[in-house]
Amino acid sequence: MLAIYKRELKSYFQSMVGCVFIAFLMVFTGIYFMAYNLMSGYPCFSYTLSGSLIVFIVGIPLITMRSFSEERKNKTDQLLLTAPVSLGKVVMGKYLAIVTVIAIPNVIFCIYPLIIKSQGTAYLMVDYISILVFFLLGCVYAAIGMFLSSLTESQIIAFISTFGILLVLYLWDGILSMLPSSALSGLVGVLIILSVAAFYIWQMTGNAVLAGAIEIIGAAAGIITYIVRSSLFENLLSNLLGRLALANVFTDITSNSIVDITGIVLYLSFIAVFVFLTVQAIQKRRWS
Amino acid sequence: MIEVRNLVKKYGNHLAVDHLDFKIEDGRIYGFLGPNGAGKSTTMNIMTGYLGATEGEVLINGHDILKEPEEAKKHIGYLPELPPLYMDMTVREYLEFAAELKKIPKKKREDSVTEVEKLVKIKDVENRLIKNLSKGYRQRVGLAQAVLGFPEIIILDEPTVGLDPKQIIEIRELIRKLSERHTVILSSHILAEVREVCDHILIISKGKLVASDTPENLEKMMGDADTVEIETKASPSQIRELLKNIPGIEQITCESGQDGVTCAQIREKRGEDVRESVFRAFAENRQILLTLKNVHVSLEDVFMELTQRDTVPDAFSRKQDDFSRSRAENVNITVKEEKTQSVPEEPDEIAENPETEWVDTDREGDEEDAGNL
Repeated sequence: MLAIYKRELKSYFQSMVGCVFIAFLMVFTGIYFMAYNLMSGYPCFSYTLSGSLIVFIVGIPLITMRSFSEERKNKTDQLLLTAPVSLGKVVMGKYLAIVTVIAIPNVIFCIYPLIIKSQGTAYLMVDYISILVFFLLGCVYAAIGMFLSSLTESQIIAFISTFGILLVLYLWDGILSMLPSSALSGLVGVLIILSVAAFYIWQMTGNAVLAGAIEIIGAAAGIITYIVRSSLFENLLSNLLGRLALANVFTDITSNSIVDITGIVLYLSFIAVFVFLTVQAIQKRRWS
Repeated sequence: MIEVRNLVKKYGNHLAVDHLDFKIEDGRIYGFLGPNGAGKSTTMNIMTGYLGATEGEVLINGHDILKEPEEAKKHIGYLPELPPLYMDMTVREYLEFAAELKKIPKKKREDSVTEVEKLVKIKDVENRLIKNLSKGYRQRVGLAQAVLGFPEIIILDEPTVGLDPKQIIEIRELIRKLSERHTVILSSHILAEVREVCDHILIISKGKLVASDTPENLEKMMGDADTVEIETKASPSQIRELLKNIPGIEQITCESGQDGVTCAQIREKRGEDVRESVFRAFAENRQILLTLKNVHVSLEDVFMELTQRDTVPDAFSRKQDDFSRSRAENVNITVKEEKTQSVPEEPDEIAENPETEWVDTDREGDEEDAGNL
């Protein structure tokens, strides 16, 4: 694992991608820092960071796009997969290298609150926690990007799809506000999600009985609940899907100074799920 | 030792590897031979754990490649068809990375990298970026990576592709040198190469193993009868008349050429040389003989015979049966089908000379048979 980690990290800085990412993030944050903290005298660095969030949406796909797609295209994955190293370690090695690249600018960010403090009042606790959560959010985005990169041979497709998904996640709140809130639409939404899940199960297992049973039982349960207590379905969709607005955990800290521990757990679970899915995606390709 | 049992690989509906079964013994050089798309690379990829098999298992020194991958992969060095090189690394960096990946202890790492660099002669380019190397050098770096740590089994997928003749000879020598301490498996579609380097050949066609033996035995097996080719001005019926009484002839195939010249292939029984008798028969009857020469069956013919026909496995197993039986009993046994065909037509011949089996070849089946040889 260490060998892969070292090689990856080195290659990020040899191929300039890592440098470009860090420079990009530093320049943007620097501009916001100048504008908000130094020029306007606002004492919270966390607010500056929330402006830099948009850089992640472009920057993270940039560093994750090549992680697996390039290996696959150049067939160098043959070296990794025939070496006496387990696949999980290969994926972890690569993921940790990406995380390290994301960590570097975040470590540098730790200086900024001190600069503010040297000029007057600073809210160090909030600022440092926001930097940590900002870093974790980057790690979640990186896990998603790495997963998408493992699905394709083309770096361009990996970049575009990761960028698209991160952008949708960024705009998620706005999209959710367009969803209807009535109980009936909640039911319809649940049924649609259920059908998609059943279809996916059918595709994966090829077992029509199992998928059909899940669909029918789920639909029946949903409809009965709706008849008994329709109020449960009110705002269900936006509540359910609202969990996916990952950046909210971070913006809560930056705008309201509220730290949501469950949100941090959510981040860690997202990372675990996508790293696991990456391993599975590569395994699947070996078998098909 | 590698054991491959009942290996099947399907890509959708396409059967890439079809119930392969073989054993690789220690300390020999094995050659995988087969036309393009025969399933050589797929088999190697499964053996090294890069791909999963649809059915069947691969045991490397008793470790299942799928159940105990890390243990099994320690015994293998693999050079895939396209060397897996990171273009942005120098040769030295790359090999050190590979050494670490193969879990060579830190103290030995430097030494073992230097050793393989010397072995494949890339010491002088060790500080160059791989992307700046020529194809031949890249191939050697890939080979160095496979040999690194000196695993017991070294698997090379078309190791000499893209090399110039001098490099090919060097690589062959290297492979021979490696075989002193290692089991080497290499694949190729170049017959001469396999013939020259390998102790044992596995011929694969359409995902099936169609032959597995030493090169010499394969040639013998197919060439259980050598062929004499003649060109004459006699007509096919005259030829048949002339050669009728020569013992040791198994089969004659005639082909009328231009200007009244007939070309005939005379298949002899093993161990017989009928050239003299043929010459005498023609001379005594004052017929003109233009050419008379021996044609040996080469590995190339074996390869063509085994891989070009749809009925390969049957034909092969029949021949193999015959071959093994004749080896055991030391008698000439001819192909049964031909015997049964010829019995009703020429009973006298059989009665007169039960050991001689010769067949009129104007019949369709034999024509086809002869054409392929």
